[in-house]
Amino acid sequence: MTAADLRLQDLSVTYRGARGPVPAVRSVTLAIAAGAPVGLAGESGSGKSTIAHAVLRLLPPGTELTGQILLDGEDVVTMGWGRLRAVRWAGAAIVFQGALHALNPIRRVVDQVAEPVLIHSAGTTHRQARDRAAEMLSRVGLPAGTSARYPHQLSGGQRQLALIAMAMVCSPRFVIADEPTSAVDTVTRARVVRLLTATAAEQDIGLLLISHDLTLLTTACTRLAVMYAGRVIEHGPTADLASAPRHPYTAALLAAAPAVGDPAARYRPRGLPGDPPDPTALPPGCAFQPRCPRATAACATTDVELRADGPARRTACLHPGPAT
Amino acid sequence: MIRRGLPLLGPACVAGYLLTAVLAPLLIPAGRLDPVRATGPPLTPPSYRFPLGTDSAGRSVLELTLCGSRWSLLIGVTATVLAVGLGAAIALASGHFGGPGGAVLDRVVEWFVILPQLPFAVALGGVLAPGALPVLLAIAVTSWAGVARVVRAAVLAVEAEPYLERVRALGAGHVHQLRHHVLPAVRPVVLATASLTLANAVLTETTLSFLGLGDPTRVSWGSVLHDAAVTGAVTAGAWWCLLPPGLALIVLVLGFEASARLIGSIPDGRVR
Repeated sequence: MTAADLRLQDLSVTYRGARGPVPAVRSVTLAIAAGAPVGLAGESGSGKSTIAHAVLRLLPPGTELTGQILLDGEDVVTMGWGRLRAVRWAGAAIVFQGALHALNPIRRVVDQVAEPVLIHSAGTTHRQARDRAAEMLSRVGLPAGTSARYPHQLSGGQRQLALIAMAMVCSPRFVIADEPTSAVDTVTRARVVRLLTATAAEQDIGLLLISHDLTLLTTACTRLAVMYAGRVIEHGPTADLASAPRHPYTAALLAAAPAVGDPAARYRPRGLPGDPPDPTALPPGCAFQPRCPRATAACATTDVELRADGPARRTACLHPGPAT
Repeated sequence: MIRRGLPLLGPACVAGYLLTAVLAPLLIPAGRLDPVRATGPPLTPPSYRFPLGTDSAGRSVLELTLCGSRWSLLIGVTATVLAVGLGAAIALASGHFGGPGGAVLDRVVEWFVILPQLPFAVALGGVLAPGALPVLLAIAVTSWAGVARVVRAAVLAVEAEPYLERVRALGAGHVHQLRHHVLPAVRPVVLATASLTLANAVLTETTLSFLGLGDPTRVSWGSVLHDAAVTGAVTAGAWWCLLPPGLALIVLVLGFEASARLIGSIPDGRVR
């Protein structure tokens, strides 16, 4: 088996809004290979979840999708309905955010984890599927008794683990974790991320980890991409990006995370003035320019694309440089 | 009140009626209710031999009432099965698939909702030969739309749940989504609606039989009341001909209502 790879080529997603089109993702190019988890960070509304949904074509009807989503070389965008259903979960699976809501409250956890097996492996009996699900649930570290329970009888962290088991149960080539930790406490958060990366490495699964928490992503991913207003504005190896951000937005995101035990950090000004732009009315030039500390007159006229910035990094900024 | 006092009174009452309907032919010898072979004197008030008196043909009103439950329930249950089956199917189709097809279905449902029951039944009785069929059709055709509307609302609520999005992401087809997620979630609503529809169906069957639109060869509560009205039992002041079937009907309808309320109020033990 060749190593799994997922490539987004110039992907744009435009929602059909009540008052005209809403460009949620604007020409994003991103590659994810097995063994090298990629982290996707950004504020709410920057288009992270839209990318996750686009990969499985889970977007609402009428949404315009251009560019290519190559899953092992096969384009998801032009896939037929039957093939798409087969690819969903068996090819690429999603770990949803909000674990309580993604589980049906009136069905047992084990039956729900078994669902993808029943759907995708023809000829599997209910018993076989349930055994497989129970095995997967124990692999993610849930106590044996939990599988026969209903979702509300599990804690938030346990439910999230169950969703990870569900994502892995069909041995997919890819797993997209869409804010897998937003509903769990800090301790469980680290456990969830460790489990995801460990399982992905073990089974040679490609992993795309989506979060607004840049610090969390730095602990788990080999590469990071930062999104702003539907675009990737900085992309590079985790260590470089975290220690020496080149885009002012990345710098601001990193500075927004408090450092416990560093008294000086408490007095350092941080955070960003203003709000993320309305996708239907983007500012002229660089979308970040109204909030940018380094903005110049040229920024308001040039819509700068992502371009090479050093050997392994790319930045979409006219004035890239170390944080000031 | 019903919930707090005697929660199982409604279902117990319905069960009692069903038992009566099943056992009636064992207790009452065949042919006893044939007007020609009736044994008692006409219109006698309640006595030891006839606990609820006799009607104008000399038949025991107690036996008539017991036997009448058979036909009333049979027609009611059959009409309800038809109405709930059709209504729930249409609701699932329109709620799950939506789109232009769903919008058309919704308009069709609205058209049937406003169809007046009684004039429609009378018209149907005029077109078709008198018997069970026009009654059955009249009840089913005028009831399914109400079921469809209530169930559709429940389906829409379930469709908006994130776990259905998750199931779609799993690659599940429509059959799987409907069978494993939508239908189990709306089942309590369907059951409660069915109980109410059943009450209404029995009531309508009685109304139609009373108006003489039912099957003339069958004994039902409506036909007992009809006979009482046309043969002069009412003018003769024979209250015992009117009260037993009427009260039996009221208690049964209340029993259905209480059952529906009970079904609706049972919190699903598996949901917090």
